[in-house]
Amino acid sequence: MSFAQLALSLIFVAIPLGLALYLKLGLEKDIIIATVRSIIQLLIVGYILTFVFESDSVIFIILMILLMIAAASQNVVKKGSGIPGITLIIIFTLVVVEAVTMGILLGFSIIPAEPEQIIPISGMVVGNCMVLSLLFLNKLKDELNYSEEVIELILSLGGEPKDAVSRSLKSSIRTSMIPTIEAQKTMGLVQLPGMMSGLIIGGADPFEAVMYQLLILFLILTTAAMASVMVGYLSYPKLFNKRLQYIGLTQSEQ
Amino acid sequence: MDILEFKNVSHNDILHNISGTLRESKITTFVGPSGAGKTTCLKMINGLLSADTGEVLFRGKNIFDYEITKLRKNISMAFQSSPMIDGTVYDNLNLPSDIHGETLDRKRAAGLLSLVDLDESFLDRRVRDISGGERSRVSLARTCVHEPEVLLLDEITSSLDYVLVREIERLVKRMQSEMDITVIWVTHDLEQAKRVSHDMWFLRDGELLEQGPAEFIEKSKNPEIQAFVKGEK
Repeated sequence: MSFAQLALSLIFVAIPLGLALYLKLGLEKDIIIATVRSIIQLLIVGYILTFVFESDSVIFIILMILLMIAAASQNVVKKGSGIPGITLIIIFTLVVVEAVTMGILLGFSIIPAEPEQIIPISGMVVGNCMVLSLLFLNKLKDELNYSEEVIELILSLGGEPKDAVSRSLKSSIRTSMIPTIEAQKTMGLVQLPGMMSGLIIGGADPFEAVMYQLLILFLILTTAAMASVMVGYLSYPKLFNKRLQYIGLTQSEQ
Repeated sequence: MDILEFKNVSHNDILHNISGTLRESKITTFVGPSGAGKTTCLKMINGLLSADTGEVLFRGKNIFDYEITKLRKNISMAFQSSPMIDGTVYDNLNLPSDIHGETLDRKRAAGLLSLVDLDESFLDRRVRDISGGERSRVSLARTCVHEPEVLLLDEITSSLDYVLVREIERLVKRMQSEMDITVIWVTHDLEQAKRVSHDMWFLRDGELLEQGPAEFIEKSKNPEIQAFVKGEK
């Protein structure tokens, strides 16, 4: 694609902008900011990726992944405020999920150890982990507020914190994983997944694109399960003190 | 003989230097207006809350010197809203056993239901389908699964109509005498307290104003208590 063609694609920004202006939706400023930001951010990423791919250095690959983890963590931590120690929990979860998935992919030579493979796949793993953690924390906080009396009841009967929150945890894990599982069920029927479409547009053999897409789907399922289970099981002990009393979420978040 | 003692207990801005005793095998009511700290006192006995200063003693020993999960099995609590887990009445009666890795025998569950005048057919009813009064009874039956020495009741009749209130009072009095347990009952209803109590604690704004055999409430010289008795506060 040439720069002239890319410039023409701004027509697709002009349409919503025109609609927003005509209908007085008050979204004009946001649309312009979003467009400018996406252009700048993606151009920077493009240059960085070119540099990293050409340098072929492990250090740059690791730095790139750490950068992704830092950005994703920052996003999730906001949603998890109210749970003591959530920053470390999120960073640890993202690092472990990335290490485990990439370990399996490279260890079994499922993908070649090339930055062109590692970085985009890591981006999908970290990004999916971020979305799942956000969904999970959102649901968990609702569940905790809703179930406070049951939590205290179970503690009052001599239950441990894990007994007291197990229902809330399981329900939150289930709820956060359902969209991933449901999306997988209709994959290819309703829409062609992004990565597969990208490969096909880029000229790859459709069957090759399907195989890659399946790999990503399975990977995303693992990251969904690992992210919600890890964030959940690492978070809940922080909601109780040593005397097995329920502290709950901090006041501002209830 | 005293089974529980509060020694100079303070908690946040809710309780201020509470000292008092609770007799074994008696029904003691914690009486007083809303915000007096009654429920906070109750939760301290079960160890759900801790004192900032002072201590709560069970049989002469700080409650946190016991293994807290074992103590809580022995000091059971029924909450104001009768919280239930999703499922059947049996699932809820089995909850105290389940969290300790045991299973409640269905015959025993039926026996617990009979304690609160509910028949065996209730075991398979879903809790969402039973009435408020039945929920209170199931909640009461659930507190007896571990055969506790102390029963803590937090405003368990506050959302029930008059007939059900009297019924629950009758049940608690019967359970207390049959099982010879200590009952500590939080209520803001003075008439209820007079009907069920052996002893009373009168709390107001986090302070224990007076305690003793239930009759004191009518004879108290304390102007705050006199006003409460007259229904002024």
